[in-house]
Amino acid sequence: MKFLPLILANLFRKKIRTTLTVGSFAVALFLFGLLVTIRGAFNQGVEVAGADRLVVINKVSLIQPLPRSYADDLLALPGVKQVTFANWFGGVYQDERNFFPQFAIDVSTYREMFPEFVISDDAWKAFAADRQGCIVGRSLADRFGWKVGDRIPIRGAIFPGNWEFNLHGIYTGSRPQDDATQFWFHYDYLEERFGSWIRGRVGWYTVRVANPDQAAQVVKAIDERFANSPFETHTDTEKAFAASFVKQMGNIEFLIMTIGSVVFFTLLLVTGNTMAIAVRERVGELAVFKTIGYSDRFVLGLVIVESVVVAVLGGGVGIGSAKAVSVIFGPSLLTALSGFLPSFYMPPLQLIVGFGLAVLVGLAAGLVPAVSAMRLKVVDALRRV
Amino acid sequence: MVRLDGKSNGSLVQVRSLDKKYQRGSEEIHVLQGLNLDVDKGEFVAFMGPSGSGKTTLLNLLGGLDVPSAGSITVAGDEITHMSGRKLTAWRARHVGFVFQMYNLIPVLTAFQNVELPLLLTGLSKAQRRQHVEAALSIVGLADRMGHYPRQLSGGQEQRVAVARAIIADPTFLLCDEPTGDLDRRSADEVLDLLGRLVKEHGKTVLMVTHDPRAAERAHVTLHMEKGVLVEAVERSLS
Repeated sequence: MKFLPLILANLFRKKIRTTLTVGSFAVALFLFGLLVTIRGAFNQGVEVAGADRLVVINKVSLIQPLPRSYADDLLALPGVKQVTFANWFGGVYQDERNFFPQFAIDVSTYREMFPEFVISDDAWKAFAADRQGCIVGRSLADRFGWKVGDRIPIRGAIFPGNWEFNLHGIYTGSRPQDDATQFWFHYDYLEERFGSWIRGRVGWYTVRVANPDQAAQVVKAIDERFANSPFETHTDTEKAFAASFVKQMGNIEFLIMTIGSVVFFTLLLVTGNTMAIAVRERVGELAVFKTIGYSDRFVLGLVIVESVVVAVLGGGVGIGSAKAVSVIFGPSLLTALSGFLPSFYMPPLQLIVGFGLAVLVGLAAGLVPAVSAMRLKVVDALRRV
Repeated sequence: MVRLDGKSNGSLVQVRSLDKKYQRGSEEIHVLQGLNLDVDKGEFVAFMGPSGSGKTTLLNLLGGLDVPSAGSITVAGDEITHMSGRKLTAWRARHVGFVFQMYNLIPVLTAFQNVELPLLLTGLSKAQRRQHVEAALSIVGLADRMGHYPRQLSGGQEQRVAVARAIIADPTFLLCDEPTGDLDRRSADEVLDLLGRLVKEHGKTVLMVTHDPRAAERAHVTLHMEKGVLVEAVERSLS
């Protein structure tokens, strides 16, 4: 601590330069924060996927149905604990830009399969008792200003016609990153109106295994069970299924990593250059430090610490601002993006990672100038004063 | 007492057969040649001579800032010639106070902070450091300027702060390289008075390189150097 005034005095000897360097760090880390938040939104399904859940779809593709009778067959397989099913609806609320996912679900089993979605027993009972009932996520309800008791009209696209639903409850996610943009209604209602087309067919199954360590064996057992049937299955863990969904949108991770790498490499050069200039300007002073008894290691440490302090200041401001933006403007951003992202949430881990990256860049940027300062020969440096 | 024959024992500074060569391209430059020197504690020694005669090189070697090509330097019983870089750094902190022609204060630190710098390497508490710094600044007559930055001080005042920094850790000797070279006559006299007082009243040993005959007159002994050799010693008795 006794060297703190020295470090601060050195940092603020060129206030504009320090401010600009801190600013460049802040902008880069702000960008990093936003990018990882968007990446997190895309990968949200992967991150929150249940470790003990499998998804069973038609081997041909997700849009091909599976027989409803598979529910009993699946339950009979060893290692399978619970089974539920759902169907994609794909309707439009008022305008096609108002996209949100609508699922026709098996009311008797769905809630138990997804305990991360929290809803009161009373609301669920009311929903179960009304064939035209529906449940929506909190973000979705907020987006359109829906409240319990509202009647929600949906225009069918895959299942044509005008559909009306009674809102009985609003669920919330038990974790901030849980998807609260879904719309659930009775599969039985869908089957009732589109009996001839969909009767006895479901979109996909979700299966809970008794032991997550045996998920691979159960996956194999399910697909073998329905092999060579008219409806062969393709089973995956929920995580793998979600990941394959993200991949369909393009390699978001690669894109973000590429942009992030370019930003950080640029930042490294900018900061490294700034630190190198700062060291060059202070050659005489560093020589004085060595002359009066400060060790080479101290000089090395001094330059590195200065670089890291700049990085920590800028990184803290940048990543903190990104977090603030995700909290303050997240909900309105989601609305503005018309349901393109299921959430806009920056987990605390990303704050730590961002901060850690800033420190790392600070270290890397300071290293070369610090080593040259350490190697400085006092006699030569004093001659230059 | 100062001797050039290399036959004295027990003096504070003992230099024996000191050689320093530099390589400049293919040319070898012999800066110091077989130099012998003994300086007792409490002496004020001035080194004079033309540019390139090896005065500053000798000072750098005595201060452990550079290593000789041959020969030895012993200060207060420590043979510094073969010390490792780390040991030499620690030795400098303990035994040598440096005063430069251009003062070499850290511009972003106040006079107090500049003087405190050597003490940050010690285990002294903040209160103890403050006490020492205030005492050192009082000795150089700048107790009322401790909050000033170098840019707010005159050249003479800056040099006196540099002297305070040099004496703060109570070093074995002071090495001054042209301490008045950048000062007007009046400021130079103030700094020389100060160095004289340090020798007379505080028993410090001062070795000073100078081009200024009036500065050299303040020393007990003036040693003349030419082409890397000490050619003459002029002793004077000072009141």
